[in-house]
Amino acid sequence: MTIKKDVVIVGGGPAGLAAAISLYKQGVEDIVIIEREKQLGGILRQCIHDGFGLTRFKQTLSGPEYSQKFIDLVKELKIECVTDATVIEITPEKKVVAISKLGLLVYQAKAIVLAMGCRERTRGAISIPGSRPAGIYSAGVAQSYINLYNTMVGQEVVILGSGDIGMIMARRMTLEGAKVKAVFEIQPYPSGLPRNIEQCLNDYNIPLYLSHTVTNIKGHSRLEGVTVAKVDEHLHPISGTERDYACDTLILSVGLIPENELSMGCGIKLDGRTKGPLVDDYYQTNIAGIFAAGNVLQVHDLVDFVSAEAEALAASVVEYIKKCRLTPAAINIIADADIGYTVPQKVSGEKDFQISLRVKRPLKNCEISVIQAGTAIKSIKLQKAIPAEMIKIRLTKSDLISIDDLKVVVK
Amino acid sequence: MKKIFTCIICPNGCEITAEVEGQELVSCFGSLCKRGEKYVKQELYDPRRNVATSVLVENGDALLVSVRLTNAVPKAKIFDVMNEIKKVHLIAPVIIGQVIIRNVLDLNSDVIATRKVAVKSK
Ligand code: SF4
Repeated sequence: MTIKKDVVIVGGGPAGLAAAISLYKQGVEDIVIIEREKQLGGILRQCIHDGFGLTRFKQTLSGPEYSQKFIDLVKELKIECVTDATVIEITPEKKVVAISKLGLLVYQAKAIVLAMGCRERTRGAISIPGSRPAGIYSAGVAQSYINLYNTMVGQEVVILGSGDIGMIMARRMTLEGAKVKAVFEIQPYPSGLPRNIEQCLNDYNIPLYLSHTVTNIKGHSRLEGVTVAKVDEHLHPISGTERDYACDTLILSVGLIPENELSMGCGIKLDGRTKGPLVDDYYQTNIAGIFAAGNVLQVHDLVDFVSAEAEALAASVVEYIKKCRLTPAAINIIADADIGYTVPQKVSGEKDFQISLRVKRPLKNCEISVIQAGTAIKSIKLQKAIPAEMIKIRLTKSDLISIDDLKVVVK
Repeated sequence: MKKIFTCIICPNGCEITAEVEGQELVSCFGSLCKRGEKYVKQELYDPRRNVATSVLVENGDALLVSVRLTNAVPKAKIFDVMNEIKKVHLIAPVIIGQVIIRNVLDLNSDVIATRKVAVKSK
């Protein structure tokens, strides 16, 4: 039996929850959230450290507290949630198929919201030579073991990659009595936020070595140690710089990647830079009526911005449900060489919008400008710009002076 | 003497350059808001941090309840606070915001639960 819905939301993490609440409050009430886990909340369930909600609630909350505020609202509004159900297919005709304990669920939606979030990259590990003993974890897996399942992963720890979760786990494991020997980052700059370097590493005298990587893994059944070397500007290990570290645990924190297997199966075009769908200023993908926001679209540094992005998406979905179509976006946004990507990748020119972007390398005292037809229509000045921090530029409809493409450049 | 601080009060993580003489803060620049200077003073005279960890729960639908402090405590007391928290065992149900330890070690900060744990369903 096919169940008809105005909107099916795939994923019950921060993006899905915020989108659902916002849709409901704007009068689109015939909606359902489908969540793979038994509980709502997504990755926030295991993020017990504080620092969430500073922008939105002017309070520093833990992940579970932040998500509970949304879960409570979803319950209060009686928004339908199907948990413990895995979506296995999405079609361009807006059919959503999920497997659950109740059997196969088939929905026919007017619009679909992709809110599947992201997962951890493990690429760093695949290319490391050596044996494959137990004791190697990605940062998020270690986080779930410790914070959800009360299982300590090890006592002598080395961390590869300076992602935020890795640094947060360095502190967490130190508090639990482990010895975190060092964090090694292959790039010449950290990939996580400065505040985490300060409060998770410096506070506990954990050294961070930039331009270093793990070159060998040793151990039989359990990890016994790793070899670390400096890398040159091409990120190749420099011979003669190797050092051995005895450890029983190696944590990988080498980045996050939007989870888009379902999107690809549906023919949604992805951006090779963000690994998320290509979207316009309505957060609409190349398939009309399918929208994306949150970490499935672009990996964010702050959950507050995920919630805000999902709310912006909801406003577009409401418009789409009313009109059955949105103005096509024909104005492309082109980024220069210092900018890693922009979201959205194109705009309609029919509404106010925000461009999110990241710089490719750390810059000081720079100016980022949006240029149309040779004129800078918007510029922002920054004391510092780092790859770890997403930069946002707001533009209004009236800022646009033509229908030419927009160029985003750094000076 | 010049000292560099990374403000941890908000995600901007401003890099603040401070001129310090002995223990006195003479001047500082680089912060995007007023809280930066306050943070630098706090770091110089009495650095404080919050602590987030978890506590074992019996008979709940989860093994652990996550906890944090309502106020930051002196950095030097972090491990003492951890030891106090480790002594606690709870029995479900636990509600969000429930005080787990009141005024831990007389540091003017409570340990509170940051998630709810319902009684395990049979
Ligand atoms: S100085 Fe202000 S803006 Fe900068 S990190 Fe501190 S609180 Fe945030």
